[in-house]
Amino acid sequence: MERLRFATVGSVDDGKSTLIGRLLYDSKSIFEDQLEHIEAVSKRRGDDYVDLSLLTDGLRAEREQGITIDVAYRYFATPKRSFIIADCPGHIQYTRNMITGASNVDLAIVLVDARYGIVEQTRRHSLLVSLLGVPHLVICVNKMDLVDYDQDVFDNIREEFEAFASRLELQDVTFLPISALVGDNCVSRSANMGWFEGSTLLHHLENVYTASDENRIDTRFPVQFVIRPQRAEFPDYRGYAGCVAGGVIRVGDEVMVLPSGLTTTVTGIDSHSGPLTEAGPGQAITLLLADDLSITRGDMICRPHNRPRVSQELEAMMCWMDDASPLQLDKIYTIKHTTKNVRAKITSVLYRLDISHLHREAGVESLAMNEVGRVTLHSTSPLFYDDYHQNRTTGCFIVIDETTGQTAGAGMLLSPRS
Amino acid sequence: MKTELSSLVDESVTIIREVAAEFERPVMLFSGGKDSVVMLHLAVRAFAPARIPFPVMHIDTGHNFAEVIEFRDRCVAEMGVQLIVGSVQASIDAGRMADAVGPRASRNPLQTVTLLDSIKEHRFDAVFGGARRDEERARAKERVYSHRDSFGQWDPKNQRPELWGVYNSKHRPDEHFRIFPISNWTELDIWTFIGANNIDLPSIYYAHRRPVFHRDNMLMAVTDFLQPDSDETVSEEMVRFRTVGDATCTAAIESVATTVDDIIAETAVARITERGATRADDKVSEAGMEDRKRTGYF
Repeated sequence: MERLRFATVGSVDDGKSTLIGRLLYDSKSIFEDQLEHIEAVSKRRGDDYVDLSLLTDGLRAEREQGITIDVAYRYFATPKRSFIIADCPGHIQYTRNMITGASNVDLAIVLVDARYGIVEQTRRHSLLVSLLGVPHLVICVNKMDLVDYDQDVFDNIREEFEAFASRLELQDVTFLPISALVGDNCVSRSANMGWFEGSTLLHHLENVYTASDENRIDTRFPVQFVIRPQRAEFPDYRGYAGCVAGGVIRVGDEVMVLPSGLTTTVTGIDSHSGPLTEAGPGQAITLLLADDLSITRGDMICRPHNRPRVSQELEAMMCWMDDASPLQLDKIYTIKHTTKNVRAKITSVLYRLDISHLHREAGVESLAMNEVGRVTLHSTSPLFYDDYHQNRTTGCFIVIDETTGQTAGAGMLLSPRS
Repeated sequence: MKTELSSLVDESVTIIREVAAEFERPVMLFSGGKDSVVMLHLAVRAFAPARIPFPVMHIDTGHNFAEVIEFRDRCVAEMGVQLIVGSVQASIDAGRMADAVGPRASRNPLQTVTLLDSIKEHRFDAVFGGARRDEERARAKERVYSHRDSFGQWDPKNQRPELWGVYNSKHRPDEHFRIFPISNWTELDIWTFIGANNIDLPSIYYAHRRPVFHRDNMLMAVTDFLQPDSDETVSEEMVRFRTVGDATCTAAIESVATTVDDIIAETAVARITERGATRADDKVSEAGMEDRKRTGYF
């Protein structure tokens, strides 16, 4: 099984840390010295019980304020699968850190407190997860023990979420009634909810199928680095190193190089584990080509009859992340897209998205930190890209403020309307 | 065919290449410890058959295990990479800082001064480190590209967003980045890779007999740099090192694991983290690592 990367999101007191603590504890992934450490800290602070959030809130400021500021990564494994958890902050002011954690996961767990149901932060995080194109979503209705394990509570929350989610682009949504504190339906099935026929959370995580989430159709290979050994043993070696961004590349394939449009044939694929006959998404390889073409970093290798979009006029959903300065129209930014840096201006804000209610607000000219909107851009040279929904790797970019170097925005490219 | 380990290798190799492409003067920290050995092997694979296009650097406290220094020199010679040594002793001699004194003195925190001076002297703009997020709670929070200001400081409360594996290398001339290509590897992944690829390590990673004594619930080795107090008794035990750092603050563990397979078996059932078992420097305070990292430590 592929390693599963998942994020935990949701409002502040919905029990994310307790859930992670439960998964780590029940899978025997908490080490004795870590447990001793958090027990000692909890005791010193006069807590009534061991505060499991100390397992992931590693920064001094987080412990002082009792909140999660930045993503914490935790690792655990069961006999079936290995997992990387990105524990994301719940506060609105740290949304950019939540996006950092959720941008490249296979699955997101949204926690909902059974007593309060869908709250604003549930909607915000679900929307962001949907915008980021996270392929699998699990809505964990937590604290079922506090509502007497009532099936009606669970069903009502599920119906409410489904009504909201019908306006989002979510592919695979699973609902689970759990109690992270007591352990119901986390690792073992709950005796308290005989009415629930689905699997436990851990069983779901171990078995969710992610191999079909990658785009294995549209061949995309952004050239990252040209390897030319200055060594007598390899006088003619010229390899194009990079990470496959889409499709499957095979030895013998005819390929086209953008922007030149010249075609050639793949004569070999080198990798960290020796020569390969084919390579798919995510694999770091070095391509050897039949003809000696001029190819540099930032070029895109594809198939002659399956090319990405090539344009300087772009449209994207944009999350703004710069606390120091809001999005400014006609200011020159640097855009980093795959292995290419270009300069670009944001030419218009088509609308700003009211994240809580999904209203589109027209007539705005800027986005402040943590705001999301649809924008148009004009770049100094063309990007070779795909719609983000077709390919997350060739459909995403970051916006860099040239004066401060800050990562100011995150964009998801869309097919132009019209 | 992708496996759990090969997808980690893909990620690390991609990060190393990206840094080589975007920064002017990268350097890779190399101590001879297992994580930096794995990182260096990944760099070899990232650029093969060409040579690694940057030097490696060791910040030497002068209090290292002899076996590790010998291994370090042999390793870089075999790989044909340039080794730069930043000497803590030289920094002390030049008056950059005072030597550590007292019964529990360790030069481990002094490395920061030498590291920052060496970065400035060689004008490095990207410094690869072999830190892993599973090691320690402050490291669990750190980005792959970790920005350092002109004082070499990390600002954990205000890290740059880092999405999708699209890394932002922009910085002002006197700032730099620490780069952590093996962030997502666990201790078990490291050993699995070492085993699968027959990677050579300093001998002290494998169980051997050596004189040790107990101090603060840890098993310390007797060396030229660390002697027992009068009330501490020395005995010869079968031990190995789970981490390798400055001899004054790196402890051994009791073990009979003499092969990689033995170590993997021990690691899989270990109930204590590797730093918890072996690092005196992390026990200084609740946020010992974070505090050192803020001022420029690895």
